[in-house]
Amino acid sequence: MAESHGEAKGQKAGAHTETDGGHHGGAFPPFDSSNFASQLVSLAIAFVALYLIVSRIALPRVGGTIDARQNKIEGDLAEAQKLKDESDAALKAYETELANARANAQAIGNETREKLNAASEAERKALEAKLAAKLADAEKQIATTRTNAMSNVRGIAADAAGAIVQQLAGVTPDANAVNSAVDASLKG
Amino acid sequence: MKIDPIHQFNIEPLFTLGHIGNHTIAFTNSSLFMFIAVLLIALLMLASGRELVPGRLQSVAEISYEFVATTIRSTAGAEGMKFFPLIFSLFMFLCVSNLVGVIPYTFTIASHLIVTAALALLVFFTVLIYGVYKNGLKFFSIFVPHGVPIYILPLVMFIEILSFFLRPVSHSVRLFANMLAGHIALKVFAGFVAMLGFSLGALGWVGGVLPLALTIALYALELLVAFLQAYVFAILTCIYLNDAIHPGH
Repeated sequence: MAESHGEAKGQKAGAHTETDGGHHGGAFPPFDSSNFASQLVSLAIAFVALYLIVSRIALPRVGGTIDARQNKIEGDLAEAQKLKDESDAALKAYETELANARANAQAIGNETREKLNAASEAERKALEAKLAAKLADAEKQIATTRTNAMSNVRGIAADAAGAIVQQLAGVTPDANAVNSAVDASLKG
Repeated sequence: MKIDPIHQFNIEPLFTLGHIGNHTIAFTNSSLFMFIAVLLIALLMLASGRELVPGRLQSVAEISYEFVATTIRSTAGAEGMKFFPLIFSLFMFLCVSNLVGVIPYTFTIASHLIVTAALALLVFFTVLIYGVYKNGLKFFSIFVPHGVPIYILPLVMFIEILSFFLRPVSHSVRLFANMLAGHIALKVFAGFVAMLGFSLGALGWVGGVLPLALTIALYALELLVAFLQAYVFAILTCIYLNDAIHPGH
């Protein structure tokens, strides 16, 4: 190590006198100015190369990957949100549809019920009218029958009265007188 | 058995590249580890996949990206992202080279002041040039704090200017000294184990348990320091750049 150091020194004309390396390494290596030029040149080349690699290739590449991932995540989240919105809308549409259908069914039911009610009402009225007419007919017939019967009763009563008078008095009574008497009796 | 904690910092030329003036430009072990760091970063950032669900390597690459980006945004604001490649390069270069340097028999680039000073000066001049380019003379208002009474303003300005120009010194020495001291301490304690064992025999090996435990603890600390110093260097860069971007504060 001392030799290599001496060699390095040897290559440099007018090297510092403090570094004639008899014991390990001579000068403290970090302060040995004979190495500065080599290190600076290497550092410049290495660092410029690193800078170019980093700025031209590495950072755009890694940054692009990270951005792509970020975009993908955001895109996926947006997609999920969109799908959720869509399903929400579909659910809402379904519910409206259901409510409409229910209202429709109700309306149809009501209408049908009203129609049936009206029909049965009409039928009932017709029936009632018919029954009333029949009743009126029957009543009229009864009245006629009764009148007839009454007139028959008068005739029979007049005859009977005439016969009774003849039987009792032996005279044939005046028909008109008998009739008026029967009438009066019937009225009474 | 002799402990030589300085040996690990030696620069050993592997081959000569050429000459600039009377300086010999050699490809050294330091150069080797610089390129290893660059290679590792390139591998990490480029070989990792681009999956939607990241694997381990890709996660590390993305976490590094996000970590540095968050650091910049929180210290220098969204405008600081202009310097994202620079700060990312600095942070990754130092972090990877420091972590590689903790492995035994490797070389720690940041244990040489010239390297950390060069990086700190790069930051310093970036701040200075960008600050003047973007804000013109208003940039120098960073030397004039608000609400300071006029009679002590010259003194405060002097201190501000001094601290501004000392920034590259503290910026570089902090990193350099941390790496250097940590590695020396690690080497000394690790050396004790071997020294005790070789000089005292069986008893020494038993007694070596104590420095060994210390070495392990220090090693864990050094792992933390390796990351932390790279982070400190990066975040200080952000704070300095913030001055250039928003000199009003």
